[in-house]
Amino acid sequence: MSDQPILEVKGVTKTFGGILALNRVSFHVNEGEILGIIGPNGSGKTTLINCITAFIKMTSGKVFFRGKDISGKPAHKIADMGVTRTFQIMRPYYSLPAYKNLVIPLFSPRAKRTGGWRGGGKLGDRNTVGIDILEEIGFERDSFVPYKTASTLPTGYLKRLELARCLALKPEIILCDEVFSGLSMSEIASMVPLIERLQMDGIALVMIEHRLRELFRVARRIMVLNFGEKLIEGTPEEVMGDERVKEAYFGSAEEVEEDMSYA
Amino acid sequence: MEQRRKERIDRGIKVRTDGLYAVMSWRELSYLTLPRVVLIAGLLILPLVMPSMYWQRVISIVCIYSLLAISFDLLAHFVGLVSLGGALFIGVGGYLSAIMNTSFGFPPLLAIPIATLVGAGICTVLLLPCLPLRGVYFAIVSLMYPLAMTRVIEALDILGGTDGIMGIDSFPNRWIEQYFVILMVLLFLFGVRRLVNLDLGLVLRAVKDNDQAVRASGMSITFYKAVAVFISSAMGCLGGASIVHIYMWSGMSLFALDFSILPIAATVIGGAGTLVGPVLGCLILVPVSELLREFGTLRIVFYSVILVAFIVFRSEGIMVYGQRKYHQIERWVKV
Amino acid sequence: MDILIYGTINSISLALMALGFALVYGISRVPNFSHGALYVITGFIAWSLLRTLGLNYLFSIILSIIAIGLVGALIYQFVLIRVRGMAISEIIASYAIGLAILEGLRWGGFKGTTYTLPVFIEGSITIGGIPVDFHRLLVVAIGAAVVTFLWLFTHYTRIGLALRGMAQDERAALMLGIDSDFMAIVAMASGAMLAGLAGIVLLPLGNIVVEKGYDVLIQAIAVCIVGGLGSWMGAVLAAFLIGFAQILTVVYLGTHFQMVVALLAIILTLILRPSGLFGRQKELEERV
Repeated sequence: MSDQPILEVKGVTKTFGGILALNRVSFHVNEGEILGIIGPNGSGKTTLINCITAFIKMTSGKVFFRGKDISGKPAHKIADMGVTRTFQIMRPYYSLPAYKNLVIPLFSPRAKRTGGWRGGGKLGDRNTVGIDILEEIGFERDSFVPYKTASTLPTGYLKRLELARCLALKPEIILCDEVFSGLSMSEIASMVPLIERLQMDGIALVMIEHRLRELFRVARRIMVLNFGEKLIEGTPEEVMGDERVKEAYFGSAEEVEEDMSYA
Repeated sequence: MEQRRKERIDRGIKVRTDGLYAVMSWRELSYLTLPRVVLIAGLLILPLVMPSMYWQRVISIVCIYSLLAISFDLLAHFVGLVSLGGALFIGVGGYLSAIMNTSFGFPPLLAIPIATLVGAGICTVLLLPCLPLRGVYFAIVSLMYPLAMTRVIEALDILGGTDGIMGIDSFPNRWIEQYFVILMVLLFLFGVRRLVNLDLGLVLRAVKDNDQAVRASGMSITFYKAVAVFISSAMGCLGGASIVHIYMWSGMSLFALDFSILPIAATVIGGAGTLVGPVLGCLILVPVSELLREFGTLRIVFYSVILVAFIVFRSEGIMVYGQRKYHQIERWVKV
Repeated sequence: MDILIYGTINSISLALMALGFALVYGISRVPNFSHGALYVITGFIAWSLLRTLGLNYLFSIILSIIAIGLVGALIYQFVLIRVRGMAISEIIASYAIGLAILEGLRWGGFKGTTYTLPVFIEGSITIGGIPVDFHRLLVVAIGAAVVTFLWLFTHYTRIGLALRGMAQDERAALMLGIDSDFMAIVAMASGAMLAGLAGIVLLPLGNIVVEKGYDVLIQAIAVCIVGGLGSWMGAVLAAFLIGFAQILTVVYLGTHFQMVVALLAIILTLILRPSGLFGRQKELEERV
């Protein structure tokens, strides 16, 4: 375990035409930790993930993974190095059954390199490995759920499927884009142990969330983005106590008072 | 007021043949194997029952178009790349085989495999620039290559120019000529059908379904598209290499529009996505186009109109309809 | 010097050819692969009106352009509207229609050198020691006029602005009450008329041959891709680049290479700068 942060983001800026979506955002993630990123809608959170994982080309800035500069690399190479992500708008392979969805990431060069699923050894038949992974994630093994076509699964399962696709790559860090959104309270309650287990396995997580209470249960360090700029970074208490954060979410004190006077 | 809706359910026998239960009895086995047996036997018998050499040659041409049509179906419906220029593959494969035969003296049965592989490589490289981009660009570029190739050959007067390359050896005997292409079609038909269900095939289908997810899984979309293009162009080049040995001549007409359009029309009529449908479509369209040959380029108008009609009316195609009827029953039920 | 003159003429010709395609794609995102066919068939319509019916030349021109505009609208209304949104099907459908038209013309006997349209003005003048037909000068003038007119139209009139709005964001335009289908019909009709206009202006310089249909399609697409799909400035600039490149190859290598230049331009653009000279990045890859 080195002291070097697993992921370092320095000065990421992204402009779309005339719009400044991200403005010199910098942060780091330590090994095995969970960093939460919060901010009002439109603050650039998803754009940040897209830039880090090279799904969008950033206008300027640098990203370092374990000290190596990955700023210019193509998206699939970054994923190949162990930096994986989920999508906010879910992207399962709708026409395939759930367990077949995992065959594709298991086909990737990284999966072949990192070897067998249960520690060492060959990868084996991808179908069975797929079922194994789904079981880890929380699909009931002996039921018909893993065999159902992805288009028929409810949101909770699909979110887990997204994570499962990342897990198939034996990632070192997962950038989660709103995994809790669209889930019911009980579904979230059952996801939290999963997240904690991922952390125990040594995988670092960056979680973009709107559901603050649930996020604060798992993440000890939070970063706030507003209008593409980093407002503040700290523990959940520090962050929620900050005036600027409250203003970003609710508007300034005068505006809140004004709104309240109409009530 | 009594309302009725149409219900579609699998036939009993289809459910009974799922998985291992297929070997339960002869009835189940034949349900599964009969269509395939009919297809294979039919194709193999065809040359024997054809009345004249002319029609035997037509069968060979059907097979060559079938190779193109299967490659079109594979690219378009399983990988999401619409190839509007199948003629490119035919031309590249044909000319390569012609050169190897006339300039290097390779016998046909050696030249054809080499032309297939080398041709596929060349075609993949030619199409490489548009693979990282959206499907529209692939369609545009694939459309233009055959049109440009004719002009290049004419302009540079290479490869025999407008006269073409003559004096190419033909197959050792008539029966080999016939059965070679038929066997190739059967081989590739069942091979590709197998492929799309293998892990590699799943990845290719995933590229069509959701390519960003494939990227996020650490695989290069461009690479896998290139693999698909290689396989498809290999089929086309095989067809082209075979056709020059059947006609013993290779010329600019290898890049003709027929080779680009007929496979598309055949796929649409026969049933897209089934891989068998395109073969069926060719079986129908090629003899018809032969009959229309005396009307000059009217046959291209004919294919185009059929194509537009099918696209506009969103017909599903013969095989898709057939498979639906074979596997499922439809009936009206009370709501 | 003659390279300069012929280069300019060729470039403006290319721009004229490409405008119709660029307009339709820019506004309704429909790639109209029957563009080349419309170009050629307008020439034939004008020829028929002129020679067979004996109508006045100007009258024939106007009638044929109106006719082709109607054809364009009909094509959209009956075929393309059903495959709207599925880019690949749009390409196949419009290409098939174009093919049907072109090959139908070929079958109908419209080939060979017997079909020509007369030039607008006979005679030529000498510029810098090079004789230049009046008609070619007229091509440049008309081309420049059309480009300017279109630019002004789409920037300063209501319909023009509506069209541009649709081009930028269809949903937003819909929400503002601009009828997308109607605009698309207008776009197709205009695109067809531009194709027809290009045909009328350029075909008198040679014969009306079916092969030109394919050449025009390739060149129009080349100009649009090199310039960047959806960008006026880019298309004009690209027309000049390709136009001069073609003239240079004609001078140094021979006349057969014009199409090859167009294709090479496409490939080079896709390799080096896929969005074209002025295109917007989002055209290329799926949105994330």
